[in-house]
Amino acid sequence: MDRVKRRLAPYLLILPGGLWLLLFFAVPMIAMLSLSLQQGDVVNGYRFTFHWQNYTEAIEAYNSQLIRSLIYGAIATVILIVLAFPVAYYIAFYGGKRKPTYLFLLLLPFFVSFVLRTISWRQILTDEGPVLGPLKDLGLLSDSYHILGTAPAVIGGLVYNFLPFMVLPIYVALERIDPRVVEAARDLYANPATSFRKVIFPLALPGVFAGVLMSFVPVSADYVNSEVLGSSSTTMIGQVIQAQYLVNSDYPTASALSFILMAVLLIGIFAYARALGTEDVMKVAAR
Amino acid sequence: MSQAVLDRPTETKSHAAKPKRRIGGKSLLFIYTWLVIIWLVVPIFVMIAFSFNDTKGRYNQEWQGFTFKWYGKVFEIEDLTKALWTSLAIAVISSIISGALGTGIGYALGRYRFRGSGTLNIIMFATISSPELIMGASLLSLFVSLALGLGAVTITIAHVMFSISFVATIVRARVVTLDRSIEEAAADLGATGWTTFWKVTFPIILPAVFSGVLLAFALSIDDFVVTNFTAGSTTTFPLWIWGSTRVGLPPQVNVMGTLIFAAGVLIAVVTNIRSRQGKRD
Repeated sequence: MDRVKRRLAPYLLILPGGLWLLLFFAVPMIAMLSLSLQQGDVVNGYRFTFHWQNYTEAIEAYNSQLIRSLIYGAIATVILIVLAFPVAYYIAFYGGKRKPTYLFLLLLPFFVSFVLRTISWRQILTDEGPVLGPLKDLGLLSDSYHILGTAPAVIGGLVYNFLPFMVLPIYVALERIDPRVVEAARDLYANPATSFRKVIFPLALPGVFAGVLMSFVPVSADYVNSEVLGSSSTTMIGQVIQAQYLVNSDYPTASALSFILMAVLLIGIFAYARALGTEDVMKVAAR
Repeated sequence: MSQAVLDRPTETKSHAAKPKRRIGGKSLLFIYTWLVIIWLVVPIFVMIAFSFNDTKGRYNQEWQGFTFKWYGKVFEIEDLTKALWTSLAIAVISSIISGALGTGIGYALGRYRFRGSGTLNIIMFATISSPELIMGASLLSLFVSLALGLGAVTITIAHVMFSISFVATIVRARVVTLDRSIEEAAADLGATGWTTFWKVTFPIILPAVFSGVLLAFALSIDDFVVTNFTAGSTTTFPLWIWGSTRVGLPPQVNVMGTLIFAAGVLIAVVTNIRSRQGKRD
């Protein structure tokens, strides 16, 4: 009896939470897939008809926004890696006793609502604002110059909002490196650049990969930054999905677009993992 | 082995010489890191500064002098105040529910080996790494398909969903490091499994449960994307801000944002200090 109880215990423990995840994470995905194949409208209701045209029509109508989102996501991710790596490196190797303080400072933005932070940037970057105003008064910029509404503004906002998601995983990977391994490289006459390239960076790669996953995916699906900092020429796919769901109530198109976005992101992740993986395998094989 | 011991002195010598040679790189990195931190904090500073702005019109865009008056008038916009209370209520309820459900999962994963734990892990990974847009869109698809009315209940359902995995991850990390001999000692002294759990195990994992609940609370009160999809006509604090972006934000939003920021930082600092004291004891 006791043994049965022990074997049942984990299942009883995970039952409520697992059920919640099943009902409100897994089942909704199926509901979305089903909705994306339906026909009809809000007034007359929807019927399931395997309406694959929802997908072809959605791609035809919104491929430019989808591609733009992926390009913005890729650019932002590359900038994030370049920006985040030195920060993670400094904290991991020179942070010393202050490591928790530095990490806390990096997480400070999370104590302010995401929307509010982004709006704050709009206030800073506005045409006559605290940054552009003085520069224009000094004649360093022409009066018609503006940042808001451009692609750099949107990408800048995305980079700002997701920087901690790149710093933290790289930091975790660098933190794990045994300092003796780096010393060993030195002892074998590797100069700092070589030991970075051959020892530290390869060991940090899993962290970079995790950071790419944690930033590229939400960045490409974001619609707050492009809505607040962008214009009609920077519309991202998230804005389209949001509008189709919440403004136009065109659920089949909206859910088809969401599914396409999800599929593309999954393929992207998978392709990157494979590219990274084969490279590692080849290195090992070369030895 | 003896070779290694002999090598030691030279190694320490090269160690002592290292910082001198690399001091340039280190201080560059130091300056760079602080520049990035300042960049991260600038919008927060702007938000706080404009909560003290003596703005005359509806727009809170230009600096017009220092004042405390908005702190006295913080609850003067009825809809905004209501939205803030809605956010707080949803955050409290959803963090308690996800705290309980997440603790169950985290404890089971940390303590037992069982069939299905792999699948559960994958689902948790998926909920943590899925874009919010997709989670919000799929939940709305479900609610639309079921013709379920949207509101505070659907928001709470959604918030619990995306918080469970975070709580479970935090609790599991604590359970894994648990010293089993303490529980065995309790059993030897005649405690039943149930008593052992509540009197011995639970107090040990309680700090982890607490930080999980705090994280869930923070995720909930801050959430915009998933909430936007599951709210219907209900308005939370972030949704109210979003709705009035086009017309311009009143200073009350800055005041509330500042107060939430201050409270969050205070709680984080206090729990951090307390957990450090706990480790020292």
